[in-house]
Amino acid sequence: MTVVEFRDGWELVVGLEVHVELATNTKMWCGCSTVFGGDPNTNVCPVCTGQPGALPVVNDQAVRDAALLGMALNGEVEEHCWFHRKNYFYPDMAKNYQISQYDVPLIHDGYLDVEVELEDGTLDTRRVGIERLHMEEDTGKSLHVGDTGRLHGADRSLIDYNRCGIPLLEVVSHPDIRDAETAQGYLRELQAIVRATGVSDARMDQGSIRCDANVSVRRIGDDLGTRTEIKNLNSVRSLGRAIVYEADRQIAVLEDGGTIRMETRHWDESKGVTETLRVKESVTDYRYFPDPDLVGVVSPPEWVEEIRALMPELPAAIRARLSEAGVPMAQAITLVSGELMPWFDEAVAAGADAQAVANWLTGDVAGQLSTEGLTLEDSGLTGTHLAELIALVDDGTLSTKLAKEVLAGVIEERGAKGPAAVAEDRGLQQVSDEGELRAIVEQVVATNAATVEDIRAGNNKAIGALVGQVMKATKGQADPRKTNELLREVIG
Amino acid sequence: MALSPDEVRHVARLARLAVTDEEVAALSPQLSDILGYAEQVGEVAADDVPPTTHPFALTNVTRPDERRPSTAREDILAAAPSVEQDRFSVPRIVAEEG
Repeated sequence: MTVVEFRDGWELVVGLEVHVELATNTKMWCGCSTVFGGDPNTNVCPVCTGQPGALPVVNDQAVRDAALLGMALNGEVEEHCWFHRKNYFYPDMAKNYQISQYDVPLIHDGYLDVEVELEDGTLDTRRVGIERLHMEEDTGKSLHVGDTGRLHGADRSLIDYNRCGIPLLEVVSHPDIRDAETAQGYLRELQAIVRATGVSDARMDQGSIRCDANVSVRRIGDDLGTRTEIKNLNSVRSLGRAIVYEADRQIAVLEDGGTIRMETRHWDESKGVTETLRVKESVTDYRYFPDPDLVGVVSPPEWVEEIRALMPELPAAIRARLSEAGVPMAQAITLVSGELMPWFDEAVAAGADAQAVANWLTGDVAGQLSTEGLTLEDSGLTGTHLAELIALVDDGTLSTKLAKEVLAGVIEERGAKGPAAVAEDRGLQQVSDEGELRAIVEQVVATNAATVEDIRAGNNKAIGALVGQVMKATKGQADPRKTNELLREVIG
Repeated sequence: MALSPDEVRHVARLARLAVTDEEVAALSPQLSDILGYAEQVGEVAADDVPPTTHPFALTNVTRPDERRPSTAREDILAAAPSVEQDRFSVPRIVAEEG
């Protein structure tokens, strides 16, 4: 691996732990609903609140989702794995242990290729190794009551166990990351893959994908330094800021002759700093042991192939396909991350040019939808509509400006009428009927004698004023090229 | 394998158990004996015997991803020592020094 210098003589080393909350109907070990935002403690039962004698039973779909995501991350499925108890006391985990996987996770040895844009605009591909992906369960939500709303300074904590027991996948990377951009790219790409596989909605704002960063620094050529774990990273932007802050903090401590303590730190987004949360318990303190309430999971090769057959086209393959069709990379990234591909594919299948479709989708369609506060799905606009719109521009029926109005019209009708119908209804076609346009041009020439003289005297630019007059007379529907031709012909 | 009194105190603390010095003195040899019995397995286990993670020869006990009714909230909250805003109220969480 090439050395990437972070600061003068220092190298940054980052590994990421990403938790993905699965979009299953039910929790990992019981039939309680996983719906987000329910009234507190309404989606709970004896199993997920750890009542004596309650027995967990594995959610079949959660194992399938875990295997699918693991294979999407190029990982290998373990033929026989099992669950362990991770023992610790914290009120958001009612059983006083979390069921997780320890020595044998479901997935091992994957990787993710991350494309990072360099300063000169070219893309550099960096491979980040994935150590493992294991299955576990989420914890409850704590509301800290007191002065600050945060744990520090709270009087008491109020616990809602609705989230407790929701299937969680933990994706653990190797410490292969050497700069903040790669860390951000990894998280973005992982998010895109999670969405593509459909195992989770991957919404950081709702906590359905969460990222912790293990950060350390070392003098170039040295062994790995002591790491700290950064929590509360709620966006891709926070991740980048927190890594840079923490690395600079560690370098300052070390250059001052100090030592780094292995600890968990909390990222404070508003202050832009990391603060000590707790000194880390060592792995042995968790006293992991195989959960006697659960039996192992065997994944025979034919089952693995059955899951692999469900694999959708992944973001990297889609971007490569778009690039081949001549779509610029920035637009390709937007099409994939914005989940616009179904519309793109439909429009291209209906005969439209790929680059034109990409332009419309990432430009005016995105713009108009964001102004209206609509999703593409809700707008009623289809890929076929888009192809029709592009065809109307190509054959000269619509100018680009009119096409934008037609697009707005189709969205306004929520797709009940297509572009041709909207253009017809609202009289938005260009006037290119020669007789009609010639009459208007003659009238404009007759009433603007001074400008006409000017043009005859050689001031070619003055013709623009006359084009403007014709446009005004036709409410913008004159074909500009044709108008120009006719004006020159009439003026002589 | 002998467990030292300090190790017994450490394990007791992790399990949130209060132990007196007398109990530690009694427990250390007892727990050491138990570990000794378990270690005997290592003497008979050959390389061709895979580690056992469960006494039952069962695998893949799963359920379909179908919702079942949850417990009524008042029944779940009845087990809480203190309730506030329909949530379990617990004393301030104090971070432990490791």
